[in-house]
Amino acid sequence: MSVATPSVRSLSGLVARPGTASTAVSAPVKIDVDRMNFYYGAKRALDGISIQIRANLVTAFIGPSGCGKSTFLRSLNRMNDIIPGTRVEGTVLIDGQDIYTPGVDVVELRRRVGMVFQKSNPFPKSIFENVAYGLRINNMARSKAELNDRVEESLRQAAIFDEVKDRLHESALALSGGQQQRLCIARALAIRPEILLMDEPASALDPIATQRIEELIYDLKKTYTIVIVTHNMQQAARVSDHTAFFWLGRLVEYDRTDRIFTAPAEKLTEDYVTGRCG
Amino acid sequence: MERVVRHFQEELETLKQRLLAMGGLAEERTRVAVQGVVDRDHEAIQAVLTGDEPINDLHIEVDDRCFKLLALHQPMAADLRAIVAAVKINTDLERVGDLAVNVAEAGKRYLQHPPVKPLIDIPRMGDIAQVMLRDALDAFVRRDLALAEAVLQKDDELDALKTQIFRELLTYMLQDPSTIEPALDLLLISRHLERIGDHATNIAEDVIFMVSARDVRHQPLEAHGPGGRG
Repeated sequence: MSVATPSVRSLSGLVARPGTASTAVSAPVKIDVDRMNFYYGAKRALDGISIQIRANLVTAFIGPSGCGKSTFLRSLNRMNDIIPGTRVEGTVLIDGQDIYTPGVDVVELRRRVGMVFQKSNPFPKSIFENVAYGLRINNMARSKAELNDRVEESLRQAAIFDEVKDRLHESALALSGGQQQRLCIARALAIRPEILLMDEPASALDPIATQRIEELIYDLKKTYTIVIVTHNMQQAARVSDHTAFFWLGRLVEYDRTDRIFTAPAEKLTEDYVTGRCG
Repeated sequence: MERVVRHFQEELETLKQRLLAMGGLAEERTRVAVQGVVDRDHEAIQAVLTGDEPINDLHIEVDDRCFKLLALHQPMAADLRAIVAAVKINTDLERVGDLAVNVAEAGKRYLQHPPVKPLIDIPRMGDIAQVMLRDALDAFVRRDLALAEAVLQKDDELDALKTQIFRELLTYMLQDPSTIEPALDLLLISRHLERIGDHATNIAEDVIFMVSARDVRHQPLEAHGPGGRG
């Protein structure tokens, strides 16, 4: 199947729909991407992506494997820089600032734009040290007391504190998969990012652990702008405010999540969310 | 993935066929009830009065199918709209079956009296209600927007005939009070037929929602056209 001319509906055009008023579109733009192309060597992996991601909302990226959604997610904090031969065209603005202009401090960028991966990857250290690590190397705690406070605060935000408070100095690797993932979220939150990128954060977890992560995402959006890649469409439908559908490196449709899953504008989106393609 | 989708499509197709069977029964029972009144056919009336069970059984079966499809397949977009539409159409068809029984009940009482007048508008109403029902269900199966919109337009004819019947019967009742009882039953029959038209209208509205995701309920008729509301 080919994508002729992907039409991306502008979110701002959908405010005045009777009975389905949403405040979502009035949220300020946090990430503003304009005609972005991404190359792995000669191969173009992303083709003309333009999207405005709103602050304090959850935006889900869906699409079949290899459609470019993870590549796009990773380009939002320049995680792709570490892969040789990659190249970016177009602009990616965060709070109006182009993150790909020369002179941008990538370490500082990644502090502002945190990331949680599919496989939980705690350091082989204690639970406490996993969270404290980022605070230490960023000099974000001036005293032992402040460090303790920040670690506890992060663990609470990630809804795991009560489960680990009595064994903070035991190895993080002894935690269950779901707990490890929440610890990784706590670790990402400790350095107070503004944006949290999540690449399939619950795909390796059982339904209860998945539900915990989803509840957590819902709570965290009050404070953070969250972008999540997921293969699980029910999950995208449950947790996100906006959904972007990617197909063969293009952004096919971007709209309010309820519209994507009840009445998408594009045939291709319809075919994907109803399981007829992909 | 593909195999699972095919399974879902088969289930959805069966669901549509069951709704269609139900619609066929509802339409036929409306036809027989009206014909019983017009032809003074007691047997036909009796058949409608006692034969509601198949529709009621289908009512339960269709709900059960929809419920399972929603729970097991978690359908999205057009599939989701089709099943939500089927749930609502199911309720409408069951009500049409009940209304056919109501027509037969009023008809049974009516036949105990000599005819008030030759019946012309009642069979016309019956015909229109049946056509609306049939077209609404055809539109559902064929996903035919134009046909569904035509059903909405037809509802006005039915309303006009009901008003006309009321006025006419009023003159009979004023002239001869002995016609009041049978005339009231004719009025009730016209009222039931008009209600069947309303249910066909509901079905047509659900079809429009299912096909185009447009909600046209509770809006003036002009807004029903494709250009009316995007």
